[in-house]
Amino acid sequence: MADGAEDAPGVELLHGVPVTRSGSQVVLHPDRDGYPELVDQLRSAGFWVCADLCAVDYLTYDAPRGLPVGVDAERFEVVVGLIDPSSRQRLRIRVQVPGDEPTVSSISPIHPSAEAPEREAYDLFGIIFEGHPHLSRILLPDEWEGHPLRKDVPVGAIPVQFKATREIRS
Amino acid sequence: MSTTGRSDGAGSAAGDAGSGDRSTMALADLDRAREHLISDHAVLRMTETEAEQRSGYQAPTEEGLGERMIMNMGPQHPSTHGVLRLVLELDGELITRSKPVIGYLHTGMERTGEELTYLQGPTNVTRMDYASPLFTELAFSLATEQLLGIEVPERARWIRMLMCEVNRLTSHMLFMATNGMDLGAVSMMLYGWREREELLRFLELVTGLRMNHNYIRPGGVAADLPDGWRDSLLGALDVIPERLEEFDTLMTGQPIWRERLQGVGVITSEECLSLGVTGPILRSTGMAWDLRRDMPYLHYDEVDFDVLVGTYGDCFDRYAIRLGEMRESIRIIRQVLDKMPRGDYRIQDKKVTPPPRARIDESMEALIHHFKIFTEGFKVPEGETYASVESPRGELGVYIVSDGSSKPYRMHVRAPSFVNLQALPHMMADSLIADTVAIISSVDPIMGEVDR
Repeated sequence: MADGAEDAPGVELLHGVPVTRSGSQVVLHPDRDGYPELVDQLRSAGFWVCADLCAVDYLTYDAPRGLPVGVDAERFEVVVGLIDPSSRQRLRIRVQVPGDEPTVSSISPIHPSAEAPEREAYDLFGIIFEGHPHLSRILLPDEWEGHPLRKDVPVGAIPVQFKATREIRS
Repeated sequence: MSTTGRSDGAGSAAGDAGSGDRSTMALADLDRAREHLISDHAVLRMTETEAEQRSGYQAPTEEGLGERMIMNMGPQHPSTHGVLRLVLELDGELITRSKPVIGYLHTGMERTGEELTYLQGPTNVTRMDYASPLFTELAFSLATEQLLGIEVPERARWIRMLMCEVNRLTSHMLFMATNGMDLGAVSMMLYGWREREELLRFLELVTGLRMNHNYIRPGGVAADLPDGWRDSLLGALDVIPERLEEFDTLMTGQPIWRERLQGVGVITSEECLSLGVTGPILRSTGMAWDLRRDMPYLHYDEVDFDVLVGTYGDCFDRYAIRLGEMRESIRIIRQVLDKMPRGDYRIQDKKVTPPPRARIDESMEALIHHFKIFTEGFKVPEGETYASVESPRGELGVYIVSDGSSKPYRMHVRAPSFVNLQALPHMMADSLIADTVAIISSVDPIMGEVDR
């Protein structure tokens, strides 16, 4: 996809941010504080589109994480996909977010497209995006408790909402 | 490149293959668009519960807002394409702010994907975008293959392209049908469904099902093209172009149709980029961005087709582009028919695809491989990757994290409809309630992939 990514103008600007490759895809690993700044810099460098944002819970992950030296693995990761439409390149950003304090700055003020995906990551993983214009549940009902895509929520543990049929039967 | 001015009487969708407006667009324009998106206050920031409680008359507030009314539209409204609910804030007949409320179809499919093996994965993801299921299967398979580091055989790639383009046709037919129905052209609904049926018959011949095919799988496709596939497809392709002409006659030049769509739901390229909007909506604004051409996958770089763009970014352009894209898909399909090579339809790698049935009778090893693949599944090396394809609705991406087992550790789908819905409040700001239906319809959201 991003062949010859070493020559990508966006990457050269990013001194101090460790870069790894996943196949031919370029992955950046900023720390939590530098992350919004990096996204803003990349936007000025041509990565105009934030195509995707999602979270991953690495709680039960046993394999090596593929992180560069100097980046400490944390429980959560926020993964952002950026596109540079003029040079037709992609970048991915992986930010480590600790499990005991799952907060990270929102990039919605930089990329309005991140608004709904950030709400989804909050809804399903409980990651708090600071500075988000309206962080609320998006897929689940407002009164839902917990964040069902976290790995410590077992599959099938949440009782199904529609109990009406059972009540009628008993 | 050639110009296809036929699909639109006003010449709003012209064929284009150059770099479009991208060279002239500057960061400053993008910044301005972002400022506008934030300052137009089109998004109603209100939770679902609040919207229910406050629905009805709103007294004037200190901020200088006059009398307003909050109205819930949907989720059962027949024109909201499934179960989309809109919370609208109205000033008389005009929409001031709005918010799409989603999640009514949410069944945790991303979590389900973590419980299924890579071989079972396509049965799950195919149910997300149920109008174009093959694209999600394709993106999932491409991501898995990237992690496995395998290349599928030539024939499998061409079959995938063929099936995807037929699927794009059926998906756009569905759009034509529902778009017509939403705007009161009820006969259009019948024609759209009828033409779609011709092609669904072909999909059924090949995959065995009309939708939720589970046909494209990691390692290739589920089965080779059956006897008579070429005649069946050519039969359908002979009819469709003249039917598209009929669509033109029925709608494109018709004054009522134009009055209802032109200048409605306008959005600019810069706003689309800021909101992450892709697909026909982005192209309707004049920006030629199509992953099939700009980041080619399969063999899209070996076929000729035009990326159609519009000028005004309104509902009419989005309609005209989809109509034109159907003609382009037919062009691609005809080229694929000429280039379809012989060979395997799936990779002959015993660790990934089951052995041929005949081998199981004679080889103990083949039997073991077959058993392992269908019980435990094949193992995928650890790592993470993202693969994306151009679905009829925009960029459809699948992000997979593997921990080296036979099930994805995390599977996330970047659903184009989910992201495109963010543009809805901005398109609807200051428009009439009567236009909401036209605008929702032109976004063409499939709620299955929005809610996942």
